[in-house]
This record gives sequence, structure tokens and C-alpha cells, in this order.
Amino acid sequence: MTIAAERLDQSSPAFDEERPTIAFGTARDYYELLKPRVMQLVIFTALVGMLTAPGPINPILGFASLLAIAVGAGASGCLNMWYDASIDALMDRTSKRPIPAGAVKPGEALAFGMTLSIGSVLFLGLIANWQAAAFLAFTIFFYVVVYTMWLKHWTAQNIVIGGAAGAFPPMIGYMAVTGSVSLESFLYFLLIFVWTPPHFWALALVKSNEYARAGVPMLPVVAGPNATRLQILLYSIALIPVGMAPALISHAGLLYLVVATGFGVVLAYYAYDLFRKREGDEARKAAFRLFGTSILYLFALFGARLVEQLLPFLPWSLMK
Amino acid sequence: MSIYPQPPDLTEEELRRRNARSRALGLFLGALVILFFIVTIAKLGGNVMNRPI
Repeated sequence: MTIAAERLDQSSPAFDEERPTIAFGTARDYYELLKPRVMQLVIFTALVGMLTAPGPINPILGFASLLAIAVGAGASGCLNMWYDASIDALMDRTSKRPIPAGAVKPGEALAFGMTLSIGSVLFLGLIANWQAAAFLAFTIFFYVVVYTMWLKHWTAQNIVIGGAAGAFPPMIGYMAVTGSVSLESFLYFLLIFVWTPPHFWALALVKSNEYARAGVPMLPVVAGPNATRLQILLYSIALIPVGMAPALISHAGLLYLVVATGFGVVLAYYAYDLFRKREGDEARKAAFRLFGTSILYLFALFGARLVEQLLPFLPWSLMK
Repeated sequence: MSIYPQPPDLTEEELRRRNARSRALGLFLGALVILFFIVTIAKLGGNVMNRPI
């Protein structure tokens, strides 16, 4: 049981409404504020962005740059949780997060998020370059202000436009090495950008009642589940050529092309399956299957590209 | 007697959690110092030895 969950447990000695509240969170609660699963994705995609950049990079500085980008992403997640704590409390999926559960006070989360945001941007600027630092600052601003404070509460296209924030890390990684962006890093941005709607809407379909209760205008709430299924299918079909593009018009190789094509077709098939199955437990399973496959899809594509970049450095390659 | 408001008496569990948080913060700050040192040396590179004797 997490600390946050214990705080909710009325049998816990920590639960007493009469006592003055004190800081309750442990390191784990603060770690959870950084949205670790999202950070994994950011680290992975930013690493690929860095490794596809031309020219050498000092491994220590590369690692530190990656750390700065990951912490910046985590800080924006923390600020997102701070702003949306009242909404999170209304949804089962998010009600056990540290702020709604009472483990971390909103003010503490705000200070934590702001400190990490400023610290990560300054650190990246000092060890890599200020172009990458400015891009990281813009990404945090985009996620917290444009997406969290504005789009999320205003339009059903919230995650379409807001998805850009999650798509920037490969470009930031590339920029940390070179100080500029390339066509390939932009194509990875585009890939994550087009991938985000079917990924997120698959989950939103299942959780649409919770979003409606919280007053968040997600597409299934505003346009209905069938319109969302159509949008998911269209984005998933569009994702096939977008996923293949780094190999067709840039520097990705054959391995990447095969993986992108195979996984792209599988994802589109599951999107079609979701489009067909509209009611009952089958529809719910289809949505979860698409959600899980979409995560696998992104890791497979970036993993393939990572392998391609690392192959020349493997022992048997060096022996040739 | 202090003029400042006193914190509530902490339970054993709260003390344990506060100590754990303090330890984690200490480790984090220590790691940050080491990271800054290593990164500084890496940034300096060969120039680390380049100084007037």
C-alpha cells in the first residue's frame, strides 16, 4: 500500500481529521508526482534523439543531459498534478495520486515542480546548450500552461494539440547534442504526435464516465464513443506511413522499417477491431488491447532505432 | 516558552516517515553534488590540467 493510499485508510494512525496537517509525503510520494511511467517514455525517446544526432557526445554529458530532460518532463507532470488535483480526486484512476490522497500538500507539489523545472532547464543549458534548454522550458510551459490549464478543460482536441508536449523529447535530445533540429528528429516528433490520440482515446473510451464526472471534455464525452472509435481508426491508419517515414525519407534502416510496418499494421488492425466491437465486455477488452499495443508500438519502433544506432558499437561489429 | 506555534506531537509512524524523507533528501543532495562535480570535470575535459604552475 502506498503512503497516499494509507492516508486515505481511516484505520491508519495517520488518519485523524482533528489534528493539524503536517507534511506527510515520503520520497516515494514525491517520485510519484513526477509521473514515472511518462518519464520512461521521455527518457527512451530523448535517448534515441540523442543517438541519431551526428557527431560524438561525451557519455557523461549525454547521461546528464538525458537526466535533465527526464527531470524537466517529471516536473511538468508534477505541476500538472498540482493544477488538476481537484479533478484527480473525482476520478478512480487518479484519486490515489499523492495530492488528492493528502500525502503531499498542493503548495509543496507546486514548489517541488517549479524548483525541478527551473533547475532542469538551467542544468541542461549549462551542460549542453541554451537552445536545448529553451526548448525544454517551452515544452514544460506547453504541457503545464497550454495543455493542463487551457486545452484540457476547453476542447475535445485537448490531447491532440497537447500531445505535442510529449512528442518534443526526441527533438530536445537531438538539440542537446547538435544545437539544432533535423528532419529525422522532426519525424519522431510527428510519430509521437500522431500516436498520442489513438493511445489516449483508447483509455478515455473506457474511462469516459470518469471524465464526464470530472467535467473534462474528452472526445468520447463530447462526441460520443462511436465518433471516437472512427477517429482512433483514422489516426491509427495515418500512423502507418508516419511510422515508416524515418526509414523512407531519412536515416532509419531496414530493421526500423520492418518493425514500423509490422507494428503499424497490427495497431491499425486492433483499431479496426475496436471500431467493430462497440458494446459490452468485448468493446472494453478491445480498447485495453489497443491501449497496451500502442505502448508496445512506440517502444518497439524506438527500440529498433536504438538497436540500429548501437549495432556498430557491439563487440562483434568492432572486430570486423 | 516559544512565541512560535508548536508542531503537533508526531506519532511513531509520522516520525519514521519524516526521517525517511530527510534521509532521501540528504541522499538526493549528495548525489547532486557528485553529479555537478563529475559534469564539471567532463566539461573541462583535458583543460582540467591546463593551469599556470
